[in-house]
Amino acid sequence: MAEVLLRGLAHSYKPNPGKPADYAVRPLEMTWEDGGAYALLGPSGCGKTTLLNIISGLIKPTQGNVLFDGKDVTELPTEKRNIAQVFQFPVIYDTMTVFDNLAFPLRNRDVQPADVGRRVQEIAELLELTADLKRRASGLSADIKQKISLGRGLVRSDVAAILFDEPLTVIDPHLKLVLRSKLKQIHRQFNLTLIYVTHDQTEALTFADQVVVMFEGGVVQVGTPQQLFETPAHTFVGYFIGSPGMNLLSARLLAGRVCIGDIPLPIDPGSLHLVPGDELVVGIRPEFVRYSAVATPDALPVQIVRVEDLGNYQIVTAKVGEQLVKAKIDEDAQIKTGEAWLHFPAERLGLYLNGKALSSAQPVVI
Amino acid sequence: MQKIQDHRAWLLVLPVVISVAFSAIIPLITVVNYSVQDILGPGQRVWVANEWFINTMRDKDLHSAFLRNLLFSLEVLLLEIPLGIAVALALPASGWKASLCLVLIALPLLIPWNVVGTIWQIFGRADIGLGGYFINNILGISYNYTLEARDAWITVVIMDVWHWTPLVALLCYAGLRAIPDAFYQAARIDGAKAWSIFWYIQLPKLRGVLLIAVLLRFMDSFMIYTEPFVLTGGGPGTATTFLSIYLTNIAIGQFDLGNGAAFSLIYFLFIQIFCFLFYTVILRAGRN
Repeated sequence: MAEVLLRGLAHSYKPNPGKPADYAVRPLEMTWEDGGAYALLGPSGCGKTTLLNIISGLIKPTQGNVLFDGKDVTELPTEKRNIAQVFQFPVIYDTMTVFDNLAFPLRNRDVQPADVGRRVQEIAELLELTADLKRRASGLSADIKQKISLGRGLVRSDVAAILFDEPLTVIDPHLKLVLRSKLKQIHRQFNLTLIYVTHDQTEALTFADQVVVMFEGGVVQVGTPQQLFETPAHTFVGYFIGSPGMNLLSARLLAGRVCIGDIPLPIDPGSLHLVPGDELVVGIRPEFVRYSAVATPDALPVQIVRVEDLGNYQIVTAKVGEQLVKAKIDEDAQIKTGEAWLHFPAERLGLYLNGKALSSAQPVVI
Repeated sequence: MQKIQDHRAWLLVLPVVISVAFSAIIPLITVVNYSVQDILGPGQRVWVANEWFINTMRDKDLHSAFLRNLLFSLEVLLLEIPLGIAVALALPASGWKASLCLVLIALPLLIPWNVVGTIWQIFGRADIGLGGYFINNILGISYNYTLEARDAWITVVIMDVWHWTPLVALLCYAGLRAIPDAFYQAARIDGAKAWSIFWYIQLPKLRGVLLIAVLLRFMDSFMIYTEPFVLTGGGPGTATTFLSIYLTNIAIGQFDLGNGAAFSLIYFLFIQIFCFLFYTVILRAGRN
């Protein structure tokens, strides 16, 4: 059990970092609560693996401190930190049997053979590896190897947190679901702090209680999957989460109203101190865009350019002025290319300036 | 689609065929030709069928040379492989220091083999050689590789280790660089000590590279000729007469071309069999 606190933490691979772009992990302050299941989500190169390695101790941060349960562990090497890490490619000891692989961390810590045997049996049963215990680890499939890697972390009774670095990358798709459920089961049973790095939003959203979204070295939002979906705090979160991602449309201030092109939207800029020259972005998820074949008072006229049938829903791509909007429409609706109207519900619209969400935007009726 | 037939392509292969024919095929056929005859002089030859082959297989001197070669290869492997691994483990992983060390280590490999023999020949001399003088006069141990069989043998072995350990070291170095960092990181998290990391991670992952190193070193040491020939000429007596030196004594020294030809064909066959066995072992290990 461990609460992980990152204080003033930053990391740069350059000797004298100056601008934010020099940092692999920009200065941040974060608490990972004891027993929480977190996902670190972001595109490749955003710094999530660096952050994970700083927490596990494989990298020493150039600035700041890492605290486990209030104790400063920044100077402590990995083996003293009571954490286990599962890597992207299955790491097992080829020459040993599965039993010996699981027993290895215990034997290195001089645990009695009887206790070693008992503990390995317990964990093997939990991970459904009992049948394979006597087999040599090298000939097994990737998912069993990852289970062994996970088992080596669980078998130590002093483990407080388990860190995962994209562990399901090499696993077959149909086995990913099995392993994810297994991870959730382990989380419930042991109440360990789990931190799971991934670039796959489905994995992150189904596994975690709280998702930390990273972009270009900085944390852009921390929230439940629900919060990230409905109220993204950053255009990147809107774009990255959801399939397809949020529609991000350039907008501007015209006669006191936020408009796309010349068409006003049902948002009141109100107390936001917006200036006509601001580059505003309006975001709305394809799921919330409503289609209408006839003009309604608060709908935008659009030209439908493409309709894709994806089974039980359709993706409609429409042109608003020069910009494209995608909408997720039910499969029953008959939609043809050409003139149409799209309705953006006020409560689903988000307003963004320089990527960040403006929180005082109020819905208003036109 | 119709396959285009253009027989002019044969002309492109012709130069290679001619050069291989001259340098390999025709000489080989000549050797086979000589091996079934007794060449008494230019223009004088007698057909003896398989007499030379029987002779060679029964030759006591050949048996001793063969055993000498096996013993030499064994000693050399037992020294070079562990030493090569140790050197590879000690080399830095990257940076300018790594490049410098690699260049320095590779230097013995670049020296022409007869120059290697000459270097050690002078080095071991009691009168003007650094090593010979040091051992005899400063350490007080009597050392003379031209008179003592044991001294000659030790010198040849050490010369080979000096010359070829860098090859093993370079191969193992490349093998070590191929191990992903995650293995070392996981081993640290598991609390493994340095010996465990070597025994359970590094050595198993070097298996393929080591088999290649063993194959190369065994083959080369079994066929060794230049270095011992320059160093001791096969002496004192027959202490360092390896198969290749024995063969050249017969074929060129005694001008016994028929005998030499039969001998070289048998030598060739031994090496082919060993190559095949090792290759099968590597394939098996690779599949595991």
